[in-house]
Amino acid sequence: MLMVISNKVDRNTIELLSKACELANRKNFEVSLLLMSAIQEKLEQLKGYADNVILMISKQFEVFSLDPFLVNAEMVVRKYRPEIILSSATTFGRTLMPALAAKLKTGLTADCTELDIDEKGNLLQTRPAIGGNVMATIVTSTRPQMATVRPKVFQINPPTKQKTKFIFEQPIFVADRCELIGYKVREEEAKIEEADVIISVGKGLRRKENLDVVYKLAKFVNGAVGATRAVVEAKWLSFDHQIGLSGKVVKPKIYIAAGISGAVQHLAGMQTSQTIIAINKDRYAPIFKVADIGIVADAYSILQQILEALGDEKNA
Amino acid sequence: MKILVLAKQVPDTDKVKIDPNTGTMIREGLDAVMNPLDMHALEVALRIKETTGAHITVLSMGPAKTEEMLKDSLAFGVDRAILLTDAAFAGSDTWATSYVLSEAVKRLKIEYDLVLCGEKATDGETGQVGIEFGVLLNLPIVTYVSRIFEVSKEFIVVERTTEEAFEKWKVKLPAVISVLKSVAEPRLPTLNGKKRAMNQKIEIYNAQTLGFKPEEIGLNGSPTKVIRVCNTKLTRNCKLFVGKETTVGVRKVVELLKPFLRK
Ligand SMILES: Cc1cc2nc3c(=O)[nH]c(=O)nc-3n(C[C@H](O)[C@H](O)[C@H](O)COP(=O)(O)OP(=O)(O)OC[C@H]3O[C@@H](n4cnc5c(N)ncnc54)[C@H](O)[C@@H]3O)c2cc1C
Ligand SMILES: Cc1cc2nc3c(=O)[nH]c(=O)nc-3n(C[C@H](O)[C@H](O)[C@H](O)COP(=O)(O)OP(=O)(O)OC[C@H]3O[C@@H](n4cnc5c(N)ncnc54)[C@H](O)[C@@H]3O)c2cc1C
Repeated sequence: MLMVISNKVDRNTIELLSKACELANRKNFEVSLLLMSAIQEKLEQLKGYADNVILMISKQFEVFSLDPFLVNAEMVVRKYRPEIILSSATTFGRTLMPALAAKLKTGLTADCTELDIDEKGNLLQTRPAIGGNVMATIVTSTRPQMATVRPKVFQINPPTKQKTKFIFEQPIFVADRCELIGYKVREEEAKIEEADVIISVGKGLRRKENLDVVYKLAKFVNGAVGATRAVVEAKWLSFDHQIGLSGKVVKPKIYIAAGISGAVQHLAGMQTSQTIIAINKDRYAPIFKVADIGIVADAYSILQQILEALGDEKNA
Repeated sequence: MKILVLAKQVPDTDKVKIDPNTGTMIREGLDAVMNPLDMHALEVALRIKETTGAHITVLSMGPAKTEEMLKDSLAFGVDRAILLTDAAFAGSDTWATSYVLSEAVKRLKIEYDLVLCGEKATDGETGQVGIEFGVLLNLPIVTYVSRIFEVSKEFIVVERTTEEAFEKWKVKLPAVISVLKSVAEPRLPTLNGKKRAMNQKIEIYNAQTLGFKPEEIGLNGSPTKVIRVCNTKLTRNCKLFVGKETTVGVRKVVELLKPFLRK
């Protein structure tokens, strides 16, 4: 059995299940989703994406806390004995999975961007390392084989399973050593990890005031604003916007790098974007090496031209 | 209060150069430094020590030159620095690393009320060691901690930042807290500190003195194995628009963006 663990039905979960079905097909594994949440919702979206959906519903799963999640996840895993366990490389998966791996005394590969299965049933887990400059492929000699998977890497496939069985497992109540005493929804200007279009700026934008056109453009195309570390350090934008080795890793459909030199640490956060457009005054700037379209000119004025042309399109 | 800081020695990434042909890290001549996030964890410990008094132990597993990193930490006011070093530890994955660290804590009877670690190290970047360590010692764990509000003998109150929210948690001690950069800005070393640290000793232990069996540690004790490393020099065929051509480029970009226009 190949098990996916999640605490909600979202895009990440469906992505993971899509990949899990692909992998499981080759070894005739069953695919099971262990869904640990406080309420039952969106279950119809899971139909066809797994052979089994194992539901554990508990008040204790409303906000993630390790104690109740770990005890219950371990209980289910020991009962179903999956060969492979996958979860998203989010704050959820990256906290629960190492804890579960330690309990099960098994290996865990972090933040995979490629998964495959060899003829012996070994999971070939590939992950970027050293700031995205190398890809390491890792195998696990113990069972279960566990991996966290970077969101937005795998595509969502149409559902393939004829039948999806929903199974209820009774959770146990766990005395939690951590107590939630406050909760504030994070109001980010834009969740850049989720945007299809990112307009990202570097020091070549010249002035903070020039961000004006960037915001307008982002608004036009439902996009988000990204930044280099240099821009964050200059306090033009908050750290929330930083893309790269020490910031966020993104993979949008379109990435516009405006006035960005293309340092390896920045590339580590964006080089797997689908289409990369670079605008830079210096035709030898390294960013052009990873770009599909390059415009050698002043970043601000090109962004303005794009904005104007789009404005005409919008009104047309 | 006793604080244990887990710190990893990493290559100084501020100076890291990437070989443009192979895409691998050029390690020659690189200084070894404390993992940047662990500096933030250490800063939290130092501030607690300054305000309420605390005894700080720094524990690290790593090659012999990790001693320099630990020397530097003593200069900040760390009370005890422990290095676990042995060729037999080499090649440890996160399980083997966490196993050795947690067993060392038990076998050396290192006392702690609070364990601080970084969210992740800049080289391996798994972010798994602090958590696995905590589970092996059966401690409560809070990850992605962005602020410390309050510490007492019985509990710590922290802010945890996730994709969706800022959460406030009250955690029973002893506990493991893994920190993000924003918890505290690390201080700079002082000359006085360095002088004081000159007479302080670093405790060094190898696999044998700690009683580890060869099959439990290092590459042998690691369930995960790297079987292949390849470089990812991603170059694309860039269509470059220069001079008068830029208007053509702009039009191309506009066409690409059109499907995303907000209705
Ligand atoms: C450990 C470590 C971690 C790091 N992490 C990150 C990270 O997460 N993210 C990150 O981004 N960086 C990171 N960096 C920093 C990184 O090395 C670069 O310094 C940074 O990305 C440079 O930002 P920049 O391109 O905005 O600025 P610069 O390097 O100053 O480049 C500006 C570019 O703009 C061009 N330009 C100038 N004027 C114009 C104009 N009028 N119009 C168009 N173009 C113009 C220039 O030709 C140049 O290419 C990290 C560094 C280290 C050491
Ligand atoms: C290319 C490559 C890929 C790898 N991928 C994996 C993988 O997917 N899974 C896996 O299990 N191993 C992996 N490893 C091995 C892993 O890098 C080592 O186990 C490493 O010793 C610890 O992992 P880390 O750097 O990820 O630390 P992290 O888990 O990111 O470190 C988190 C915190 O734990 C503490 N800490 C970590 N190491 C030590 C230490 N030695 N001493 C004291 N405190 C410490 C620090 O406080 C640190 O901030 C990989 C190694 C390489 C070279």
